[in-house]
Amino acid sequence: MSLLEIIGGIFILVGSVFLFLGGLGIFRMPDVYNRLQAGTKATTLGAMSVILGVGISQAATDWTWILKTLVIVIFIAYSNPISSHALARAMYKRKKFPLVKSKAENMDAYREIIETEKEEVKS
Amino acid sequence: MTYIILIFFLLVLMVGAAIYSIVQKDLLYAVIATGVISLILSAIFLLLQAPDVALTEAAIGVALTTIIFIITIRNTVRHEDDFKDRNDLKSAIK
Amino acid sequence: MTYIIYIALFFMIAGLTMSAFRFVKGPTAGDRTVALDTLTIITVAAMVLLSYVFQRIIYLDVALVYAVLGFIGVIVIARYLEGAL
Repeated sequence: MSLLEIIGGIFILVGSVFLFLGGLGIFRMPDVYNRLQAGTKATTLGAMSVILGVGISQAATDWTWILKTLVIVIFIAYSNPISSHALARAMYKRKKFPLVKSKAENMDAYREIIETEKEEVKS
Repeated sequence: MTYIILIFFLLVLMVGAAIYSIVQKDLLYAVIATGVISLILSAIFLLLQAPDVALTEAAIGVALTTIIFIITIRNTVRHEDDFKDRNDLKSAIK
Repeated sequence: MTYIIYIALFFMIAGLTMSAFRFVKGPTAGDRTVALDTLTIITVAAMVLLSYVFQRIIYLDVALVYAVLGFIGVIVIARYLEGAL
């Protein structure tokens, strides 16, 4: 293992841990805005780290990998915040406000939101 | 081929998404499930060493299918139970 | 390096499983769309890692197409939910 492969392996490990934390945030968080926060920021950092790690660890044998991985990183860096911003704006326009109360009230407000969603679907 | 376990996991996930897309009564959720099916199918094509097919599946499935189905839902109804009989279809289209 | 790739793929599979669970369970349409976005990003990272495993540079193009086009579906669904499509 050369030095570049060790550095790339560290990048890949850190990125995959951040991808796992993004999935855990999707699984555990209570409402839409928290899920957006956890699922978009953590996975953006994780994907960029994994892709750069692959480019760095392959750079000694073939230097064109680092250019292609840089292009992918640039496209992820502009496309992923756009989608998360559009989704948060749509949820805000539908009067789904963030829930900052205690836990019992939190769940009551969340059930109200689900009921209104069902009524909207029916209409 | 130590990656046969990964292929099996992705196949289980894809078939689960397909069954969800059929069973679900809300058509918007079914369209989102179609996007998941296309995504995982592209990863399976990549694992089976067919990158050109995966490229085509990515370009068609992620953008074109979703946009066309969303425009269709916008012009008709969103929930499947709104169709009581076939005569309602003509009145549902605006 | 082989064990590093196995550990990374295990973490990605765990993230995929939890996102798929939220996709099935999620009560509103926004939750499902967030789950779709997360599934797309994790799959792009897994595709790049698989292209390193198979040592083929052509496999990076599929990940590039998903990175370019993957947000269009989410934007269309968001505009539909907003009511402005």
